[in-house]
Amino acid sequence: MNIVVCCKQVPDPEAPPASFKIDAAANKVAPAPGVNQVISPFDEQAIEAALRIKDGQESTVRVISMGTDLVSDVVKKPLAMGADELYLIQDEALNDGDGISTAYALATAIKKIGEYDLIICGRQAADWDVGQTGVGIAEELGIACVTVAKKVEVVDGKVRVERVVADGYEVVEVPLPAVVTVSNELGEPRYATLKGIMGAAKKQATVMSAADIGADTAKTGKAGAKSKLLKLYIPVREGKCEMIEAEDPAEAGALLAQKLREAKVL
Amino acid sequence: MGEIGILTVSECTDGALDAISAELLGAARKLADELGQKVATVIIGSGVGDAGKDAVAYGADEVYVADDAKYANYQPEAYAAVVQQAAKDLSPAIILAGQTSIGRDLAPRVAFKLQTGLSTDCISLKLDAGRMIMSRAVYGGNAMADYVSESDPQMATVRVKSQEALAKDDSRSGDVKTIAADADIKTAFIEKVTEEVTGIKLEDADVVVCGGRGIGSEEGFEPLNELAKMLHGAVGATRPPCDNGWIASTQQIGLTGKIVSPTLYFGIALSGASQHIAGCSGAKNIVAINKDDEANIFNVAHYGVVGDYKKILPALIAKVKELG
Ligand SMILES: Cc1cc2nc3c(=O)[nH]c(=O)nc-3n(C[C@H](O)[C@H](O)[C@H](O)COP(=O)(O)OP(=O)(O)OC[C@H]3O[C@@H](n4cnc5c(N)ncnc54)[C@H](O)[C@@H]3O)c2cc1C
Repeated sequence: MNIVVCCKQVPDPEAPPASFKIDAAANKVAPAPGVNQVISPFDEQAIEAALRIKDGQESTVRVISMGTDLVSDVVKKPLAMGADELYLIQDEALNDGDGISTAYALATAIKKIGEYDLIICGRQAADWDVGQTGVGIAEELGIACVTVAKKVEVVDGKVRVERVVADGYEVVEVPLPAVVTVSNELGEPRYATLKGIMGAAKKQATVMSAADIGADTAKTGKAGAKSKLLKLYIPVREGKCEMIEAEDPAEAGALLAQKLREAKVL
Repeated sequence: MGEIGILTVSECTDGALDAISAELLGAARKLADELGQKVATVIIGSGVGDAGKDAVAYGADEVYVADDAKYANYQPEAYAAVVQQAAKDLSPAIILAGQTSIGRDLAPRVAFKLQTGLSTDCISLKLDAGRMIMSRAVYGGNAMADYVSESDPQMATVRVKSQEALAKDDSRSGDVKTIAADADIKTAFIEKVTEEVTGIKLEDADVVVCGGRGIGSEEGFEPLNELAKMLHGAVGATRPPCDNGWIASTQQIGLTGKIVSPTLYFGIALSGASQHIAGCSGAKNIVAINKDDEANIFNVAHYGVVGDYKKILPALIAKVKELG
């Protein structure tokens, strides 16, 4: 099995909301001190899904990270977890894309780096929360796509997927090659082992530009985007919280009930 | 009234229109009235019953129904083909779908086939010089972003409960027609497994008692269950309790879980991460119980108690009982 996983580097989405800052003039997120870069969490789950398949059958797991300012220790984490090869697609011309131009660039890179049976992505990236990349790659490549998976198995040339829906899950099957996007219901991604970390340190990532992957830069990044970002801003919250003060927690609990009753919300 | 300005994608369950579909029609009606154009909707399913008539009552001028056994379950290629056909027949300026299990999968497929821009999970839509400005949360809700599509049709998926539905008006008139489209089917549906918990549905509950990582275990949820039962509400959770199996994952509230907007929401032993708040910020009254007085939840709550939930909840429950 040739498995490709798309991993995006993002500022830690679990950083405290108060640490979040934007540069309104540039319509960009300002790098905040103390906020680390990480692999978008759903993409780590995508790696986990790929490695579970590799645990059961002979497979090669190739990882693609697209972006500039990539931090080596961050983007190498999938290798430390057990992925085989890392491709860094770095080019200003690929930045600030929308769903369509990003999917085009990734699909072009995937075709370039070799054979593929299964492509796995996170359901959405934790920065822009767009949630279109997986479907877009599949549309570009003309193959099937299943989104929001909690289980991904390969049986007899087909992928069987449990797809999370509001009141449970659906089991669906698509022929290979296919794209699957995964959700947190898949379960915790594995830790990197010491051996994995040492192995990853020795591995070299293949760095490629837009020209190397053969992308038409009129169709990539901002130039290829159909959606235009007009304005980025921090929503204002009135933030008026009435704190219930009491001698001890039990009293506070009782007082809270009383307050809610007085305010007629109970 | 002129041509079709806006096409919405309706969803229905057991022959009745889903709430999100009425919300989409409400939003579409407002935009269309401003543009002086009509609203059409497409309904795909099996046994859609009166959903077509209901769509008219909620604001549609034209309804296109694809009612067939093959649409009984969500079939991505077949559904996308129908929406694509409707887009071709009607040439709408705008296409809206819900940010639902179906809509978040379907809308990108249609957008890529039409090679047009799509903004997902929008919470506000307005017009500026004839183009639709779509506002959506980004960075997990830490920031908001306004987008415009530079291609046509302009497409958006819309967050559940973010738009007002019109009052149902059965005297409204509109045409209900059928629509059909062939599709290249790749996805085989095998089965659906329902995991819904019993009792009041989380997304319909007027009181939601939500527990976070600090609840610590499945047993830890017992007082939350008790409180919810007393108040005829539902129990929800942040992501960690779901990931840890303390509660069914269908009860997750947030950006990638359920959107709730109850009258009363208790956030207990949860920090108030932006991705969680995205799912409950529509609540009219937010009560926070957290042992950390610096927790972000106190920035969005209306009432707050600092302390251990294990000590606060029993007293709260006893007092609620006493007050009757
Ligand atoms: C792309 C993306 C999507 C996400 N989608 C969602 C989503 O839909 N829903 C969601 O919930 N999360 C989501 N998350 C995760 C989210 O970022 C947070 O990690 C999560 O909401 C934290 O849950 P929590 O507040 O319960 O846990 P924590 O942040 O660990 O907070 C636990 C809180 O409990 C308090 N506490 C501990 N013990 C007690 C006690 N005995 N009494 C009182 N207080 C106590 C602590 O002070 C602390 O504030 C998403 C993340 C990403 C990256």
